[in-house]
Formats: sequence, structure tokens, C-alpha cells
Amino acid sequence: MISQKKLIVSHAPFLHNGSSITERSYHTMFALLPATLVGIYFYGLAAVSVVALSISSAMIWELLFKRVARRPVTIGDGNTALIGLIFGLLLPATMPWWVVIIGTFLAVVIGREIFGGIGANPFNPIMVAIAILIVSYPLKFNFDDMLTNYDFHFTILYPLGALKHFGAEQAANYNLLDLFLGKQVGGIGATCGLALVAGGLYLILRGFIRWEIALSFLIGITVTAECFHLANSARFAGPMIHLLSGYTLIAAFFLTTEDTTSPVNKVPMFLYGIIGGVMTILIRNIGDYVDGVVFAILFINCINPLLDKIRPKAIGKVA
Amino acid sequence: MKGKSFFGLIKPRVVYPPASNAQSNLKQMAPPGRATFLIRGGPLKQEQSPFHKDAAVKTGQKLAFDPEASGYAVSSISGTISDISPFIGDGGVNFTSITVDASKETVRDDAWEAAAETPALETAAAFLDALPGAPDLSKFLKPDHGIHTLVVLCADKDLLVGTQQQVLTARSEALKSGIRILKQIAGVEHLFVVLPKDRIQGYGSLGAEVRAVEQSYPSAFPRLVMKDVLDTVVPEEKTVEEMGVAFISAEAAASIGTAYDTKTLPTAKYVTVIGKNGNRTMVEADLGTPIRSILSALGESLNEKDRLILGGPMTGSAIYSDMYPVCPDTDAIMLQDQADIAMISDYPCINCGECIRICPVNIPINLLVRFLEAGSYDDAAMLYDLHSCVDCGLCSYVCVSKIPILQYIRLAKHELKRTQAAEATND
Repeated sequence: MISQKKLIVSHAPFLHNGSSITERSYHTMFALLPATLVGIYFYGLAAVSVVALSISSAMIWELLFKRVARRPVTIGDGNTALIGLIFGLLLPATMPWWVVIIGTFLAVVIGREIFGGIGANPFNPIMVAIAILIVSYPLKFNFDDMLTNYDFHFTILYPLGALKHFGAEQAANYNLLDLFLGKQVGGIGATCGLALVAGGLYLILRGFIRWEIALSFLIGITVTAECFHLANSARFAGPMIHLLSGYTLIAAFFLTTEDTTSPVNKVPMFLYGIIGGVMTILIRNIGDYVDGVVFAILFINCINPLLDKIRPKAIGKVA
Repeated sequence: MKGKSFFGLIKPRVVYPPASNAQSNLKQMAPPGRATFLIRGGPLKQEQSPFHKDAAVKTGQKLAFDPEASGYAVSSISGTISDISPFIGDGGVNFTSITVDASKETVRDDAWEAAAETPALETAAAFLDALPGAPDLSKFLKPDHGIHTLVVLCADKDLLVGTQQQVLTARSEALKSGIRILKQIAGVEHLFVVLPKDRIQGYGSLGAEVRAVEQSYPSAFPRLVMKDVLDTVVPEEKTVEEMGVAFISAEAAASIGTAYDTKTLPTAKYVTVIGKNGNRTMVEADLGTPIRSILSALGESLNEKDRLILGGPMTGSAIYSDMYPVCPDTDAIMLQDQADIAMISDYPCINCGECIRICPVNIPINLLVRFLEAGSYDDAAMLYDLHSCVDCGLCSYVCVSKIPILQYIRLAKHELKRTQAAEATND
């Protein structure tokens, strides 16, 4: 029963739906394009150089690490480029080049590769990098300082900084529609709510990120901010300005939803998002940092494995 | 090749495609000039073998090592034995292959004719187990089998396969008498006919209680039929038969019906052939027909490095030779071009959760696969529900990292079984 032709034998199933990591990365980058373009529109060539340097240095760090570690080079899957892009979008447009390069090293090598590469990182690599940088170079993340030479026709005061230092009445100085359209000071790609929501909805509809996490994160922020506002409206601003400023929207759609560090079951996804939102407002309102998103996400990354233990019982499992 | 749907918000669902377009073009295969039959068992030493080269074989003759053994084949042609050799099938199962060269005239074996007068379980099990559809009536002969319910499954388990539905359409009379005979001889309390939901109309006259299964894969798997149709969840450590339910395919029931109605053993089997471009052809071929001759009759080309699959795309097994014959349980033959072969990779799990959302039995596959990759099979079974798996393959189908998850699962089950068997003999 031997045939002359050599056929390929392998194990079932013999079909695949065609999804891939590359596809996920490129679609996420595509969804970030509007936010990137808005950032470039507001901050000009400085923004282009930060984002380009961020993406390219992230990829070079991966290449170097893979060479040194003698592991197969997987730069083509786009994950590192995505990390570089998101990292760049979180920075002020005038970030010096050496901070960007240190940052992508922290994200790609410390945040991801030393844990074993894609799929093995316990924390969102971008958040690891930003957290270390915020602690190390706090002035570089003071958006008011960094963007002081720009002359915009809108309020040039970082909304969250204003709330923190001057109290809730500052919220009246901001037009919510302006904030939503990106007329505010902040990270290159983190300011335009419209572009971020559009990109996020695209990813949700295509099934690349989970709506449960994004929605519950926003709900967590809204409810907690409202509670603070009701308790002391002179000191704490209402939820809308929290939703539309800082890293809130980019976090809701692009940071909390990162695959490796977020849960996969229904209930854990909701809990994960809600806890992230609550922690964000706690840090913003009564913590030391202006924007709580970074540390809130690192915190929920920590509890993610515990949360994911809440899962349905397999059918047929007795014990 | 089925792709991912454009929208991914809703719960994913893989639907059995309707079988109708395949049924309209049923192709009859010519009787083979040389047929091969696989008999479970062996390898035999030459002197033990009841067969020898150049012995004459009649159409409908039972080919068995031992009249008492349950493994046998039924010859679909008359001729002489030209080759007897051992053969190792999927999963390391030993077979003996017997090749028969057809002679000019057809001589029918009449051993069954007398037995067919009065339906009885013993004679049926002795003659009908190797008919198209593989009825496997021997299990009813075991003392204390405890089977109280028989399910005639008229839905195809795998995607793209339309064989059982073809039986339902084209051989409903034989199916009906098969059900009548089964009620008579199997000694079960309940007999259900399970149909796909879209075909539930018009089969009330089959003579049994008719139930429907959903059209989403893998609802026609026995364990899921048990859960959805019979409202019994099979515990992971038990088989459906230990729960008192036996499954038999529509084709098997129809073969039993034909065997009693015509007093000859039917040897023509429906096979769904899934071509390289995904077109499906229903073929009626004799048992033992080499797959090569079916493919050449259909004009399908098989080249080096293509893939040839027995069974459907999700649960079939890839074979290494196109000389493999049509066996009683060969419901489908699938061809895949070299360029269409889905590649697997050694990427790690990125925890995207696609497998969790598609798993029909709620297994935490993202955690399970980490244990399986590390070889911790005991933990996988105890903590992460390995044995609940029904082997549908949907997790591998949707895996973004292209991890061969089902392969890991089957390897783990196999290894656990092996170690348990070894421990049992040590005691």
C-alpha cells in the first residue's frame, strides 16, 4: 500500500480560519492611524520624529535581543512595531530622543523579552516602560512643561494637572467637545477622543479587542469619578473630564485590552476593567500622580491571573 | 477553506454547510479491479493465517481470521487473494490488509441468505458489523452492556461531509427497515433518530422518535447530542456507552435494513469527496475501492506534498498513501493542495481567548495548553478539564498563534491512558 507520491501527513484539524498575530498587530496599528494623524496635525514634525524613532528603535531592540539570545527573529509579526507605536503616542511631542530609546528598550526588552517574549509578559510592556520613565524622569512627563513652546488656540494646560493642582473648578475652563476633538495638551496620540473611539470601535467590531474590557474600564472611571464628585464637588471634578483627558481613552481601547495581560472569561473581563477604572480615579484623585492610568493598569495586570480563575465549569467535569 | 468572519463581536459559530448541492450529483464508481480490505488484528504469522494467496473469494464473503473474532471484512467483489500484509493504521492500530483481484464473473456468497430469514442479534453481529457505516452490533452481545437507548445519527459529525444526509435522502426506505430491525434485535428501551435541524420536516415516518440537533459544529458529536438532545451530561471519565446510550450512523442502519430486505450484504458506500477547490461530490463506491481510483474517476489530481485526508476537515486523519481503500467508516475523503495546507507554528499562546469563546464544553484552553506544552498531563487532567474535551478541533481552528492544540490534547490523553495502563499492570 505504498504510494510513489510523498503526501503531507499531520494532525487534525486541517483547516484554520486564517487569523494570525501579524493580522492582529497590523489591524491594531491601522486603528491607531487616526489618532496618530491627529497628533501629527497638532504637533507637526516633532510628533513624526518621536513616533518614527519609537517604532524603529523598538524593532531594533527586538532584533538585537533576539540575536543575542539566539532566538528566532519574529519581528515580522508586528507586535514590536505596535508596542513602539503605542509607546510613541503616549509621549509628549518634544520628548528627547534618548528618552524614547531608553523607553523602547524598557518596553521591548525589560517589559517583554526577558519574560520569554510575546505571550509571556506579566505586565503590559508599554506600561512598564512608561512607569519606569515617569518615576525616573518626572519632568519629561509634565506635559505643560514639555509643550510650553507650542502656541495653540486652546487652553494650554494639561487638564488632569490643572484638576490636581487647582481644584475642580478648573474643569469649567475646558469645553468637553474640544477635549473630545483633541484640542488639549497631552501625549501625541492620546488626546483626540474621536479618533481613539473610532479606532477602538473598529477593533471591537472586528473582534480584535474585547468590548467587555473597554466598556467596563470606562464604566469604572465614570462611576468612581461621579462618587468622588458627589462627595466633594469642590475638590473633585465630574467624570466627563476624566473620560476625555489624560490616557483614559487610549488605555480603554489599546492598553487594558492587550491580549497577554488581560483575562479571557466574561466575568473576569468585567472585573478587570472596572477595577482598572476605579484604580485610575483613586490615583488621580487622592494619589500622588497626575494620571493614574499607568499604575492602575500595572495593578490590574498583577491581579489578572487571579481574576481569570473565575471561569465556567467544563461540561462533564464532576469535581 | 472557511475563513474568519469579518465581524468578531458576536460569539463565534461554525456552521455545518448544507449538504444539498453535493447530493444532486451522485457519482457511481465502477466496481474496482482490485480491492483491499483491512481487518483489525494481526500481524499474523503465515501458518496462522486462514487465508492464503490465490484463494478464491466470493462477493459478500466474510473475511475473518477467526469466526469468533469481532474484526472482519466483507468482500465487495469476487476474485482471488493476491496479497496479505500487515498494515498499521491511524493511532498505531494493527490491521491486516487483504488484496483481492477481481475475476470476470461474480459469485455471490450465500452464507447470509439463510441467516437473514429470522432477524437475530447473534447472526447480525456475525455478518453485518463490517457493512458500510460500520454498525458494530457486537457491543450488544457483551453481557451487562447496560445500553438502554440507541441513537440513529442522521447528521454528519464533521464539517463539509454530507454522507449521512445522503443516506437520509436516498435510502430512507432502507433506513426505515433498518430502524425496525434494530428495534427488534438490539433490545433497547428507546430508539431516537437525530436529524439536523433544517431537515427535521418529513421524517416522522421513520418509525422512531425524531429529534433535532443544531446546525452549529460540533452539535452532532455524541457527547453533545447527549447533552442537548437527551438532556444527560456525560461525566468526563465515562463514555456515552457507559451511560447506556449507543450511537449508530444512518448509513449503518440503512445497511442493516438492506441486508434483511434483499437478503444480500450491501457493499456500496456513500463517500463525500471534498476536492482541492472545496467542491463536494457524493460518490457511491464499493468497499475496498482504492482511493486513487475514485480520485482519478473524478479528475482530481494528487501531487507530491499534497494532503489526503480520510474523514472531514476537523476530525479526519491524514494518510500517506492513495492506495488506501474505502473502509466501512470512510465517510469522506478530502484533498488539500500543498498551498492550502494550514501551517502550525511554535508561537506561544498570546492569551487572546478565541479558543475559550468557541469551545463547546467550556475548557480553559489558554491555561490547559500551557500545561500540555510543559508535559504536565496530570495537572492538565485534574485542574484544567482535559478529559472533558470532545476532540472537535475548534480551538486549533481559531488559534491566532496556530498552536496545534488538538494534537497536544490527543497526545496528553494518549499518554495518560498509557501510564494508567502501565500502573494498572504494576499493581
